[in-house]
Amino acid sequence: MLPDSLPVSVLIADDNMTDRMLLSSIVRRQGHHVLQAGNGEEAVKVFEQMRPQIVLLDVMMPIMDGFEAARRIKALAGEALVPVIFLTSMSEDEALVRCLEAGGDDFLPKPYNQIILAAKLHAMERMRRLQATVLKQRDELARHHGHLLNEQRVAKAVFDQVAHSGCLGAGNIRYLQSPYALFNGDLLLAAASPGGDLHVLLGDFTGHGLPAAVGAMPLADVFYGMTAKGYGLAETLREMNAKLKRILPPDMFCCATLINVSVNRRVLEVWNGGMPDGYLLKQNGERVPVPSRALPLGILSPERFEPKTQVYPIEEGDRIFLLSDGVIETTNHEETLFGAERLEVVLDRNTDRDRLFEDIREALQGFHGETRDDVSMVQVKVVDSASLPPAVLTPDRGQPTPTDWSVSFEFRSETLKHYNPLPFLLQLLQEVQGLRGQSGALYTVLTELYSNALEHGVLGLDSSLKRNGEGFARYYQMREERLRELQGGYVKVGLAVEPQTEEGGRLVITIEDSGAGFDVPATLKRVGEGDGYSGRGVKLVRALSHSARWADDGRSARVEFAWEGQA
Amino acid sequence: MTNVTATPSDDGKELTIRIDGRFDFGCHQAFRDSYERVNTKPSSFIIDLKDTNYLDSSALGMLLLLRDHGGGDSAKVRLINASADTRKILAISNFDKLFDIQ
Repeated sequence: MLPDSLPVSVLIADDNMTDRMLLSSIVRRQGHHVLQAGNGEEAVKVFEQMRPQIVLLDVMMPIMDGFEAARRIKALAGEALVPVIFLTSMSEDEALVRCLEAGGDDFLPKPYNQIILAAKLHAMERMRRLQATVLKQRDELARHHGHLLNEQRVAKAVFDQVAHSGCLGAGNIRYLQSPYALFNGDLLLAAASPGGDLHVLLGDFTGHGLPAAVGAMPLADVFYGMTAKGYGLAETLREMNAKLKRILPPDMFCCATLINVSVNRRVLEVWNGGMPDGYLLKQNGERVPVPSRALPLGILSPERFEPKTQVYPIEEGDRIFLLSDGVIETTNHEETLFGAERLEVVLDRNTDRDRLFEDIREALQGFHGETRDDVSMVQVKVVDSASLPPAVLTPDRGQPTPTDWSVSFEFRSETLKHYNPLPFLLQLLQEVQGLRGQSGALYTVLTELYSNALEHGVLGLDSSLKRNGEGFARYYQMREERLRELQGGYVKVGLAVEPQTEEGGRLVITIEDSGAGFDVPATLKRVGEGDGYSGRGVKLVRALSHSARWADDGRSARVEFAWEGQA
Repeated sequence: MTNVTATPSDDGKELTIRIDGRFDFGCHQAFRDSYERVNTKPSSFIIDLKDTNYLDSSALGMLLLLRDHGGGDSAKVRLINASADTRKILAISNFDKLFDIQ
């Protein structure tokens, strides 16, 4: 007996009793348990009842021969391996082939050789165990996989609740994402700011599966929360970076492009950290790449993270197109990357922007034969803000609301450099119930007044610079430089809320800056004549508020909002 | 198969790590072992990408781990001999702001 052979139960079927007894005693002496059958039919019955682990079958038997018995036993065994060894005195090849065809695993020639028999039983038992282990592991894997899919399904359902609280469904947004993009680490979020700006984030976490998906939740939280409160890209980015840095392990990070499409101000603001070039596709066919200029989110410590955004002029009908690396990193059979150059050829050839995704997919298929499942694309069309869904308003909590008060603030240079007071002011005004219905207009007006005071007043920038693309870039570059070097100067903001009638009231905003002022009559005249760039802010403020007046020296403005009593 | 080899300088102060083949998650353990299993902790690292034919975002993650291991913001990590393709990937992520890439 071989040292490591374990006892197994062996079924021996032979119509010749002498042969059967002889073989049984040999097998028993080798330490195994023996079951016996006198023909094929009996053998199948014994197998059904006792489930022996190895079967030895004589070929020629009455009632049912060994071939048929082997077929039935194999069928009964199903996926489990029950080795069948034919006992045979035959030596013709043809007969041996029939043994194999019937599902036999081996032969044992008569007369029996004990050593060969022991070796064969041992080998068969090893094979049987191996098969059993493989099946067990396969079932375990399948169970784990089922668990994982279920967990992903639940996680996705939870996440979809979060992700779809935004406005990806807006009419001017088109996107393409695999349903399980989240588990490829891809993330797409969109939300409207109180002032009617549209914020869109396309992100890509390192890695795949759940690890890539866990960071998405806090990121989405910050994105929606801060956009709804009126924070700009820089503040939102700071918060997202700090949060990811704190919770992610050092080797995990998130490449992202965050854009702010401001239809009111005709401005696109972009921050790209580690994503492939996005594109501003102008109405006139011009294509402006928006490249990555920053490290991805979650790498730098909050103290070292300085988000710098790029600003581009936009017009109605322009589109912003962003994509994940799945597109340009699609490879063909020769391991060649699709690459940005091929993508740009598709962008140039594309005539119908509504068919851009289809054109890209066709190009990828033509290049490669199949599209990867981690391709994410989003296209935002610049449309009039009136057609956008309104920002989520603070729900009426039924709390008493302050109706008669005033405050004034003076924001001085060090504050102007680093702090955006608008979300804070808006939060304050949200306390007044009568103003909640017009928080969009209010935010837009506050933004215009504040940026006018800061940019034209304190920083002394000339808005006529923005007349052409070159000047536009120059304008924002100068804004950054002058702000950085700012010494002295202030913006004063006064807010006064007064009751007018039973439940109606009004808000008076006064804003004053330390700048040189502007030629009020001339500017108002230009606005009246519909002259494009400069004065657009003035026009907006007038259109959205009840009344707006500028002091003759152009250094202060007084704007009113009013509301009626609740009907 | 990716081959990761680490060679310390004579004084043990500088460790050169060569990655031959694909620099991706497949060599995660080998890469970590290469700088964690040294007798004296080096004060600077050189990553030799001469024979690195591919680099993905998990490789960028591993470089961040090494940077963290080497002292975070004060870590001295140089990336040398990067090919044009490898350089492009490092450039998109702006890793030149974190690493000395030559």
